[in-house]
Amino acid sequence: MNPVIKLLLEGGSLSTAQMAQVLNLTEADVNRELEQLKKDGILLGWRPVLNLADEAGAVRAVIEVRITPERGGGFNRLAERISRFDEVESCYLMSGGYDLLVFVSGSTLQKVAAFVSEKLSSIEGVLSTATHFLLRSYKEQGFLLDVKTEENDRLKVAP
Amino acid sequence: MDTSRFIAKHVINLPKSGIRDFFEVVAKMKDVISLGIGEPDFDTPWHIREAAIYALEKGKTHYTSNLGLIELRREISKYVEKNFHASYNPENEILVTVGVSEAIDIATRALINPGDKVMFHQPCYVSYHPSITLAHGEAVPVPTYAKDNFALTAEALRAAWQPGCKLLMLNLPCNPTGGTCSRAQIEAIAKFAIEKDLLVLSDEIYSELTFEGEHVSIASIPGMKERTIFLHGFSKAFAMTGWRIGYACGPAPLIEAMMKVHQYSMMCASIISQEGAVEALQRGEDGMKAMREQYHRRRDYIVRRLNEIGLKCHMPRGSFYAFPDVSVTGMSEKDFAVGLLQAERVAIVPGSAFGPNGTGFCRACFATSYEQLIEASTRIERYVQSLRT
Repeated sequence: MNPVIKLLLEGGSLSTAQMAQVLNLTEADVNRELEQLKKDGILLGWRPVLNLADEAGAVRAVIEVRITPERGGGFNRLAERISRFDEVESCYLMSGGYDLLVFVSGSTLQKVAAFVSEKLSSIEGVLSTATHFLLRSYKEQGFLLDVKTEENDRLKVAP
Repeated sequence: MDTSRFIAKHVINLPKSGIRDFFEVVAKMKDVISLGIGEPDFDTPWHIREAAIYALEKGKTHYTSNLGLIELRREISKYVEKNFHASYNPENEILVTVGVSEAIDIATRALINPGDKVMFHQPCYVSYHPSITLAHGEAVPVPTYAKDNFALTAEALRAAWQPGCKLLMLNLPCNPTGGTCSRAQIEAIAKFAIEKDLLVLSDEIYSELTFEGEHVSIASIPGMKERTIFLHGFSKAFAMTGWRIGYACGPAPLIEAMMKVHQYSMMCASIISQEGAVEALQRGEDGMKAMREQYHRRRDYIVRRLNEIGLKCHMPRGSFYAFPDVSVTGMSEKDFAVGLLQAERVAIVPGSAFGPNGTGFCRACFATSYEQLIEASTRIERYVQSLRT
């Protein structure tokens, strides 16, 4: 795997200048790699991973959606149409008892419920939805929440 | 055979849009950052597009009432009441049009007798003067000035007024200057309109994009609703420029007159656009506020940079245009715009395309990404510095 992607996946927050130091490249090289990754559709964008549990107005839900596949397109057209809504954070095609797994967020429970009933369920081809509201997050995108870190009392010098 | 002899005289004399000419040149160049397109860079929010798609799927493909879908007119009535403090009856005081552009066209055709005088403030959008000409009216331009941040003052109106003036066209916030009026200034204009018995045609298309203070609609001033036709639409606030959908609100007899013209020339606005518009008014407020916040940030950035570069630019209280004064460079606004385009491939529009009081200024539209704005300012700075050496 590309060394730049590997470094990105580690989840540290290095600047491009720091990445260049670590990888022994020039900053221009690193930027060029990132541009190429963007062009190839591998690097889609940057999002900070935030713990918004204390913020008012971050209601999240996971919806299991069953849809009918279409001739010539399978699930793609419907999945794309659903994915384009701003409320939809992620949308995946899954094996098992339902077809699409849709992660949705909104500022209130009513808004999320309204989205499901008015926008999602009414699309032609959507057979059923099962909405599950998120109560508490323990781990977010590789980062543990609310876990106390032990004080690091490693010896300064050890034989 | 020379077919142009068939063209009507008043159309031959109509000038081609100054903006379009300039942009023919730009279109041929590569890698240009254009700050000249007067429309949002955002696509229409998906939920609005999806509502229109859904309408098509359900078979909504037929003519609507000339006045527009009653559901849309009801939403418009609620929206205008809530945001502009003027109440209009959806049954007979609201007309859905093919963009505000059509509303202006049918209003001028419905209201102007040949020779009637129509006042309008300039610099202004390129279609106002031509619409007056096309309706065989006489245009009476009113200057606006940088010292007032291009607000329209009652003093300027009074100075420009002539006997025979029937209509006053307003565009606040204004394209291209970004100027708009305070409540006191609007009240003064209203007082003048009442005194001179003028009918006001108020194009408020940029009103949601007011960044500081309140937007005051002249239709909400006591005594004005009976002599105002309020025009608004969806193009800028909801990023629906290509949908061609707008509306006129006014006293029933005037709407009826406009409807007469509209029913023969258009029949009705596109049903799909009307369906999208209903969705925009019902659920589009959050999306609109998010876009406005972006424009606000971009405005603050570009105005600061232009002033830093040495091009004096007032802070536009509304719209998404900055109107910097380029005369400090010693060049005409046309030469500056052409020079900037050729040397640095940044396109801005010479202010003279919008009226004589635009001379010395250029219009820069900041409805584009941060990256483009940052790069454009760098290039403009380089160009201005090169002129000094």
